[in-house]
Amino acid sequence: MPIPITRLTLPNGLVLHLKEIHDAPLVSHWVWYRVGSRNEVPGRTGISHWVEHMQFKGTPDFPAGILDKAISRTGGMWNAFTYLDWTTYFETMPADTIDLGLRLEADRMTASIYDPDEVEHERTVVISEREGDENEPLFRLGEAVQSASFDRHPYRSEVIGSQADLHHITRDELYQHYRTYYQPGNAVVAVAGDFDTEAMIMRLRELYEKVPGEFTERLSLPPEPPLESERRVIVEGPGETTFLQLAFRSPAASDPDFFAMTVLDSLLTGPTSLNMFGGGGVSNRTSRLYRTLVEGELAVSVHGGLPATIDPFTYDITITVRPDKTADQVLAAVEKEIYLLQNTPVAEAEVARAIKQARALFAYGSENITNQGFWLGYAEMFASYAWFENYLQQLEAVTPADVQRVAQTRFTPNSRVTGIYLPTGNEEESHS
Amino acid sequence: MSPNIHWKSLPGPQDIHRSELSNGITLLCRRNGASPSVVISGYLIAGSQFDPPEKAGLAYLTSLMLMRGTQKHSFQQIFDALESAGASLGFGASVHNVSFSGRSLAEDLPLLLDLTAECLFTPTFPLDQLERLRAQMMTGFAMREQDTEEMASMRFEEILFPDHPYGRAEDGYTETVRPLTQAELITFHQTHYGPKGMVIVVVGSIEPQQVAAMVEERFGTWQNPHQTAAAPFPPIHSLTTSTREHIAITGKIQSDLVMGCLGPHRKSPDYLAASLGNNILGQFGMMGRIGDVVREQAGLAYSASTSLNAWIAAGSWEVSAGVNPVNLDKAIDLIIVELRRFTSEQVTAEELADSQANYIGRLPLSLESNGGVAGALLNLERFQLGLDYYQRYPTLIQAVTRAEVLEAARRWLDADRLAIVSAGPARE
Repeated sequence: MPIPITRLTLPNGLVLHLKEIHDAPLVSHWVWYRVGSRNEVPGRTGISHWVEHMQFKGTPDFPAGILDKAISRTGGMWNAFTYLDWTTYFETMPADTIDLGLRLEADRMTASIYDPDEVEHERTVVISEREGDENEPLFRLGEAVQSASFDRHPYRSEVIGSQADLHHITRDELYQHYRTYYQPGNAVVAVAGDFDTEAMIMRLRELYEKVPGEFTERLSLPPEPPLESERRVIVEGPGETTFLQLAFRSPAASDPDFFAMTVLDSLLTGPTSLNMFGGGGVSNRTSRLYRTLVEGELAVSVHGGLPATIDPFTYDITITVRPDKTADQVLAAVEKEIYLLQNTPVAEAEVARAIKQARALFAYGSENITNQGFWLGYAEMFASYAWFENYLQQLEAVTPADVQRVAQTRFTPNSRVTGIYLPTGNEEESHS
Repeated sequence: MSPNIHWKSLPGPQDIHRSELSNGITLLCRRNGASPSVVISGYLIAGSQFDPPEKAGLAYLTSLMLMRGTQKHSFQQIFDALESAGASLGFGASVHNVSFSGRSLAEDLPLLLDLTAECLFTPTFPLDQLERLRAQMMTGFAMREQDTEEMASMRFEEILFPDHPYGRAEDGYTETVRPLTQAELITFHQTHYGPKGMVIVVVGSIEPQQVAAMVEERFGTWQNPHQTAAAPFPPIHSLTTSTREHIAITGKIQSDLVMGCLGPHRKSPDYLAASLGNNILGQFGMMGRIGDVVREQAGLAYSASTSLNAWIAAGSWEVSAGVNPVNLDKAIDLIIVELRRFTSEQVTAEELADSQANYIGRLPLSLESNGGVAGALLNLERFQLGLDYYQRYPTLIQAVTRAEVLEAARRWLDADRLAIVSAGPARE
């Protein structure tokens, strides 16, 4: 029997989602803001993620550094994530200590300091985070493919931002970004776990009702026109391994095609889990591309990714090519599989299987209170909570004809960005 | 101690069902009625400790081949059964053990147990699959050569554990995996896979008695008279002086740093004091004292933290960080200053109290899921901690003193006898 959810909106626009679960003496508390790289302009890429870092740098009531210790002392954990459409903060703590998490999030919605010294200090930390990413061939390839996939839409930039922008963004720009988007009307507070709903609502009202509701506008961006022809990007770098990444424009999460696309992804590259915390996944050894590419000895691995986003983003297929094969040989085999999906209806059983997999993944994710808290707010950031509630039903409604139609309309060669990481070989590795 | 934590609700003798199958396999079960799913995990004594150095990777490759075909089913049939049920199962090898873990909806537990038994007892190591897997491993090695973090920690372990199973990569090396033959895998399986020392854990929406019967039926008759016992490990010695190495990898932007010493083994009387000390040194809050100095004060790194890895025969105590190459020496110096301070004066009463509270408070969080409980039960058995360990745990943690933390730090950490390895762009 599904556990009921309590939902309400405070006068200042803040949305609350609560779900009592008494299996373990834990509470997971999340605050979601509708701001991410989608809200960034050229010259300030990476600003949303950097703001997220600054949100850990203190307020007058909770100076920098004390919260890490205060939360660790309870045995709880906290963290934050910035993505294309959203930024989120969470604390999962023993139930009798969660009030600290509630207080600190309400406090830093408005009271973060953005001390200039802390800003400079965090500039080096964020640049260091980016430099760590740049060590990875797949990050470099992914960044190039993403930027080739859009001409105008802010989705063209990596969430971490460009090196150049990270060197130039100012303290005042960061603060301005923070004050613009960290508003009750732009946020969702989600709480799951071992608490009493009435008492929790009363406490959240106390903490948040005094915050004035200033933000109303939701950013609406003009749609990016479809690509007119295939784009190819080549990234050269060290190593011996060739990687191939294909990106097709994906449907927005709120587009009915998103669910057919989810089934398509499952058939092609294996099921993707919505669980951000725990639960694990299901392997993809029987997916069509694994069979063709890996069992066919063209590649050593293949993965697909279909993020749920406000605007159309990309559906990516990432392939590690075998050393004795070329990217073009792999590409030809992928095209053959796509042709097959476009021209032959899939079996009902294949669709049913994708649904059973999704159901199992939900069951695994439900064991974990942090994941339960995550689910409560996540879908609000790109669609609505109903999106999440209806997820399995929507999948069940997908027909083989839908899958075929989506394959035909979404996987046209002209709409594809093809990225290849070409290894330049290993220069003699040296020890000193 | 948090008053709200009900210690009796943590896994203990009242709800961990421990039994032995008729062939000696140990079974541990715990019911979790709140979950619709089930997790199995376990191990057998067939890890890379049995690999001759020139065949490093043999145990690992053998374990990965288990699911690639059996006397009854092909690779695709095995995975079709699993993936159609939304279930998962996997095998892998570490130094001591081959481990397995899987999960499924509770109704599919019989499938999971059937496949685990089948893959363990009757693998056929088909040649085409062997070559495919070998090619995947070769690509994995080529990618590892490019991974600054992995290269630094691999070299660190070689320096710390020379000519020792702990110093060799469990998955082997290009030159050791390339020549491995099907016959060698078959022999390895025949010689080392058997019920002796094997442990199976099942957690989730199950009835322990029913599970005991199901597991006995599938695993209880397995015998292997040829199963060989593990040989004792060679002795391990601390470094007599610090060593500094840099691995140059072209085209990289950042350097990864690993530095440290030997650490206590898991059953060492020092273990809990060292573990709490490690928490203070490089984990608590935002990565402890090291994180505070390297990230928060100097802004040199996105991450800088410590870890204490305690295994059966020995352990390592290490600091790791990802830093810009120009800051590498500065980061090493800062870390050494912290290590000297940590081994020369007691931690403060507040620091110890904080870490003790953290250890005790985080237990419910680490034990909330089936997977978390399964891991905890495996540790009970692997290190023979006793079924009541998690219930005694708060008392054990509270009993550690500042003097014991300093004593453990001094016994293991020595700022003048460190292995220091970095990997990244060539040094100027």
